[in-house]
Formats: sequence, C-alpha cells, structure tokens
Amino acid sequence: MLYFANWKVLLICGVCALGVLFSLPNLFRPAQLAWLPESIPHKQVALGLDLRGGSYLLLEVDVAAAQTEQLNGIIDNVRDALRGAKIGYKNLNVENNAIVFAITDNDRFEDARAALGKIDQSLTVNIASDGTGKMAFSAQATDERRSQAIDQSIEIIRRRIDQTGTKEPTIQRQGQNRILVELPGVDNPEHVKALLGKTAKLTFQLVDEAASVEDARKGKLPPGDEILPSEERAARSGQGAFYVIKKRVMVGGDTLVDAQVDLQNSQGPAVSFRFDSVGAKRFGDATRENVGKRFAIVLDNKVVSAPVIKDAILGGSGIISGSFTVQSASDLALLLRAGALPAPITILEERTVGPDLGADSIHAGAVASIVGVVLVVIFMFLFYGLFGVFADIALFFNLCLMLGALSLLGATLTLPGIAGIALTMGMAVDANVLIYERIREEIRSGRTMLSSLEAGFTRAFGTILDSHVTTLVAGMLLYWLGSGPIKGFAVTLSIGVLTSLFSAILVTRLEIVSWLRRWKPREIPL
Amino acid sequence: MIRPLIVIRRVPKIDFMRWHLFGFAFSGLLAAVSIGLFLTIGLNYGIDFKGGTLIEAKTQGPADLAAMRAKLDALHIGEASLQGFGAPDEVLIRLPEQPGGDAGQMKAVGLARQALGSDIQYRRTEVVGPSVGAELIRAGALATVLALAAILVYIWFRFEWQFGVGATISTIHDVVTTVGLFAIFQLEFNLTTLAAILTVAGYSINDTVVIYDRVREAMRKHRTMPFSELINLALNETLSRTILTVSTVALAVLSLLFLGGEVLKGFSIAMLWGIVIGTYSSLFIAAPIIYYIQPSRRSIARESAGADVEPARPPAGPPSRPRGAKS
Repeated sequence: MLYFANWKVLLICGVCALGVLFSLPNLFRPAQLAWLPESIPHKQVALGLDLRGGSYLLLEVDVAAAQTEQLNGIIDNVRDALRGAKIGYKNLNVENNAIVFAITDNDRFEDARAALGKIDQSLTVNIASDGTGKMAFSAQATDERRSQAIDQSIEIIRRRIDQTGTKEPTIQRQGQNRILVELPGVDNPEHVKALLGKTAKLTFQLVDEAASVEDARKGKLPPGDEILPSEERAARSGQGAFYVIKKRVMVGGDTLVDAQVDLQNSQGPAVSFRFDSVGAKRFGDATRENVGKRFAIVLDNKVVSAPVIKDAILGGSGIISGSFTVQSASDLALLLRAGALPAPITILEERTVGPDLGADSIHAGAVASIVGVVLVVIFMFLFYGLFGVFADIALFFNLCLMLGALSLLGATLTLPGIAGIALTMGMAVDANVLIYERIREEIRSGRTMLSSLEAGFTRAFGTILDSHVTTLVAGMLLYWLGSGPIKGFAVTLSIGVLTSLFSAILVTRLEIVSWLRRWKPREIPL
Repeated sequence: MIRPLIVIRRVPKIDFMRWHLFGFAFSGLLAAVSIGLFLTIGLNYGIDFKGGTLIEAKTQGPADLAAMRAKLDALHIGEASLQGFGAPDEVLIRLPEQPGGDAGQMKAVGLARQALGSDIQYRRTEVVGPSVGAELIRAGALATVLALAAILVYIWFRFEWQFGVGATISTIHDVVTTVGLFAIFQLEFNLTTLAAILTVAGYSINDTVVIYDRVREAMRKHRTMPFSELINLALNETLSRTILTVSTVALAVLSLLFLGGEVLKGFSIAMLWGIVIGTYSSLFIAAPIIYYIQPSRRSIARESAGADVEPARPPAGPPSRPRGAKS
C-alpha cells in the first residue's frame, strides 16, 4: 500500500494538473480570456443552444422530388434519342422514380435499347417483350445522387443563411436525408424558415399563346405544355389565374451571376439580375427569335410575371417585376444569389431558446450544481472526517477533469448536461464510500491498519468497476440514440464516470499514501 | 486527527428476508398499477413525442391570457392551451398538432408568432412535426430496451446467470414504476424524462451489482450458511454504503429539483423517484430473487480458486454439494 512508484505519482499529479489547467479558462468571461498569457489554454466549454440561446432546425430534403426533377430533365434526351433513331414510341412520362414509355415499333426493341443506353451510364434500360420500357437510376447511382443532393442543399442553405447575417451557423448532415441547422443567437427564426422553405428554382419559359387557358384547365393540354398559376395575375384580376406555358426551358436560374433588389422601378419593388456569358447568349438568342411573344418568369412552379418581348435582350441582364413588397423582392434577390435548392425542403423540428432563458438556465444549472456539490462535500466530511476531506479533494479534481475534458474535446454543454455533471458529482463519491466502508469492515475484522487500507482498495475495486461500466453502458446508448440536449447529458455522464474512476481510486489513494508517509498515523480515523 | 462526526459503528442485523414476500407483493401491486395506468390513462406525452408546438413567452406587464387566447383562436389552428408559468408575465402556450404533416406545424407557429405580435419576448419555442415525434418514441423505446439488454449481458458476463435474471427483474421493476409515477400524476413525459429513466436503470443496476458482489463473496466465505442468512448478511454489510450513496445522489438531485429551473423539473422528479425505488428494489427484490434461483456455490467457489476463502467445511444443504462427491 505504501509503495507508490514515482512515475505513477507523477502521472497522477500530471493528469490532475492538466485537468485544472484545461478547466481554468471556464472561470473567465470570454472578454477576459484575451488577458490570459498565451501559455494557458483558452478553450472554453462550448455551450449548447439551450444555454446560449438560438434556434435549432431539423430539415428533410425531399430526395425523391430531386430525382423526379432529374428524370424530367432527361426525358428530353430520351425523346431526342428515339426520334433520332426514328423509333416509334408513345406514353413517354416520369412515374415512380422512373422514365416510362412504350415502343411502338415491335421489331426495334434492340435498337431502342442501344440508343437509350447511350444517354446516361447510370441509367438502367429495361424494355419488356410487349414494348413497355422503363429507365431508372441504378441503386448505386440513386445513392450517389441522394448524397449529392444533400451536399448541394447544405451548400445552398449555408449561402442563404450567410446572407441573412447569422453568425457562426452550424449546418450539417444528419442521417440519410436530413440536415441539421443551428443558428446561435436567433430567437425568431421565421424569416430563416421562410427562406429555407423556398426552392427558388427560376426558369424563363415561353408562354404558349396558341393554347387556351380554359381548355387547358379542362385537361386539354397541348403536348409539351404545362399550366401554371400566377399570383400576379390573380392579384390583378382577383381570381385564379393561370398561364399555359411551354415546358422547354429557355434559360435556367443556374446561369445567374447576380441579383439585386431594385427599388427605383416604376412598377414597385423589383429584382434586377445578370446572366453569365452562357446564359446571356441563350437569353439573347431566345428573345431574338421570339420578339412580340410573351415569355414567363417562373419561380417554384409559379409565374412571377409574363412580359411581352419587345426586342432582343442582348445585354445579359434584366429585371423581374411583379407584385413584390420590398421584403419579398429582397428575399427573392437573396435566394437567386444563393442559388436554387436541388429539392424541396421540409422543416421537421424547431427548437428555439431566447437569450434570456438561456442565461437563466445557465444560472439555475450552475447554482444547482454548486449547491449539490457543496452538500455532498459537507456530507462526506460529516461521515468520514479526514477521509471525507480526501474524497472531497478528489471530487474537486474530478470536476476539473470533467470540465477540462469537455473543453478539450469541444463537447457541447447543454442544460441536461449540467444535470449530468451534478448527478456525476453525487455518484462519484460512491466509489469512495465503497472503499471506506470496506476499510471500516476490514478494521472491524481485526486487520492491521495498512492491510485494511490495502484490502479496502483492492476488494472494492471489482465492485466499483462493475458499477461504473453499467452506468457507462447506459451513457453510451443515450449518446448513440439521443438527440441534441440528451446527447449533452450522455457526454457529461460518460466523461464523469471515467474521470471519477480515476479520481476516486487513484487520487484518493495517493492522498492517503502521502498522508501515511507524512504523518505516520497509528490508526485510521474512520 | 479529524474523525467522522457521524459513524455507523456496528453492522446492523436487519432481517430483510423476513419482509421479502411483503416486498414482492408491494412491488407486484405497484408494477401492476403502473402498467394498468399506462394502458388505460396513458402518459402525458410532451411535444417531443406527440408533436405540436410549445411557446414560452414573456409579456410586457402581467400577461392578459384572455386577449392572447382570443388572438390565437382567431387563427383557427385548434384549441390553444395557455397557462401562467412562474412569474405573472410568463405564459406557456401549447398548440395542438396541426393537420398537414410537418409543414402544417411550422405554418401554425409562424401564424401564432404573427398574431401575438412583436411586443412579446419568446423565451422558448419548440415545434415538433409528427414524423420526428414518431421516430423519437421509437428511438427512446429502443434505447431503453438496448440499455437494459447491454447491462444484462455485462452482468451475465461478470456474474452467474442467476444474478443477471435478478438484476433484470429489479431494473424492469424500477423502470416500470417510474413510468407509472408519470402516468399517475400525469407529469409531462418528454425526452429528458427518458434520459432520466435510462440513468435510473443504470443507477439501479449499479446498486444491485454492489449487493450481488457481496452476496457472491459471502457465498465463498461462508459455505455452510443458509442462503437466506447469507443474503441478509450481504445486505446488512452493504447497508451503510447503500444509505450513504443514495443520500449523496439524492442531495445532488434535490438541489437540481429545487434550484435547477423549470426545464429540469421532470428530469429531477424521475431521478429522485428512480433512486429511491432503485435502492428499495435492490434490497427487497433483487436480493431475495437470488434466494429462489440460487447460483451454484461450487461454480462460484471454483471461480475464486486461490482467493482467500475459509477452509472448506463439510457439506451443507443444497444447492452446494460436498466436494469430490460423485453424482
């Protein structure tokens, strides 16, 4: 018992010192940290949104819609390929994540297969013996595209949020098709939510003036056309208004390089935009060929406005006017600058905590923890005297180690996490209680002082290990399955279990050994 | 030298085993009532599990609940529940789950914020859509079952299987009755409550393991002692530890309950009940169960070959058999 290898002593003291060092920055306010010397670590425990205030949003990307969208883009290629090879077909459409069609030339299935196979390597082509065909992405391609859609969405969301001026947002993927957004300091996220809720897919398409809206609404839609609602027309005429529009896209919003709100426009707030060179050329060509006709500016499947082309627009820039307010015009400009989402997004969950409640929570949590620890400290002193003080010192180092580990690991401290700390403090002394009770028993059974100390530590060890492992198992499962605040609880609980194993056994033991060597007591004050 | 002020000098001699049938009956009743209430009344699920909207708001001056209610009712988003919360200027608003899936919830909270105006300070807003709620329930139930299973496997691995069975039964008892407590008092059952229940499970097993460790040790030491006496001995020897540990944890939990604020209340209540019932069940359920499914003394003795054990004495009653006896 008395023998304690020097390297062990050094190690234990070293770990304790590191714990104190790394937990130290948490005593200061962020502003005061700058005054600390360079050699002292500056990293503080990161506070969760429930403590510092902010908004947490869980989004889901509609990946299936993204795929349908992509297939809709490919359908033109299918049409071209079949026409090019002069193969008869009918019923070309997108259904259930696949392009479906029927080949009418019964003897040309092989040719069709060959022609369609060239379109995209990641598409599988199946043509049944009755001529019905199906093209779909292979499983691997589906996964890749899903992943791409999520990554792209994250990028677009980041750009949109950055434009709102939110500081230090966290945007990360969660699970297969979810995105987690954390906005510190935001206490009313409605504006952000409105921005995220829009896909912002902008296209310029020609209006089919030959078709009648009435016929189209009854279902008689010319092939290659679609019918889209227009809020602007509805606002003017006071009733549901629609346009029949050619599906073929003249220019897409992906060719925009800039968009700004324009408040000088005679028709109210508007958005001015500029194309890149490719877009400018395409837009110039399309307007030159269609002078005198109308084109529609379509945003998220709604017609924003449908001006008549007076002249070829060659400058590569233009203005979108419609029934905008200043806010909606500047939002649209922001969305166009940030780019379109590859798929619609649904918000599944919102948790927002105002800065006041966060501060209150920190205060309440800190007070509760400190009171809890003080009570435990007094309790241990009452029941174990000097050895209780030893346990209390170990408890102090345990607290430092926990805070130090949390700071070092960059773990996030949440309100349940604070509860975890308080709880661990109560549980940490269990190891000491087990050891001390054991020592008492050994003394009672007539052992010598040293051998009862030795036996107390060794015999209690198995029990302590078992009880810590069971708590650790619960903690890890919580971490694995929990979300947000609960994860914070799991982290502090698990770290606390590990550090208390160290402090209650090794630190206490070292204290007792030092005491024995220094004071050479004749009996144990238990 | 600083001596302890309070010392429990002697090992108590409480006959726990005498009361164990009473304990079984009491626990059986408690568990039955818990399950019954869970199935009939059910739990008061918070929005984490049920979906919906919760807004904690602070008004300027005392809150005019009637006016706020009128504003919300005009939106036709279902019956909003408003209640005072702590200070007179604090209101807790709950909106029921809206039709229209996840998007419907988000729309409703947007409308509510608009209707209540901007002179209100939003301290906390939580909106959970139906799809997440369902997932959280599933993940929660899964976590509880897996945690129990994992801890059980560990005990199985470290002890004889009989101890595993005992620990499982007593831990399930603790979890069931904690859920029962929430059903009886209709306390809000949310994610933090679930975390508390898992922690309770961990604590309860912890407590049981300490006692089982001692039972096993006593089995090695006193090979001839009748089993019920052995269990009594183990319980009495660990009693002061049991009391001290439950006290320190209770001190921490009580300070959380009274000082930790409204958000941690459910957590603290579940924890407090859990550690009390967990301690009780270690003494009156987990330990006595071992009496009925006694682990073989031989295998325990074999395991500790070489450890300091009293010299083997002539045979005792079942289940231990004399060494070397051939069957």
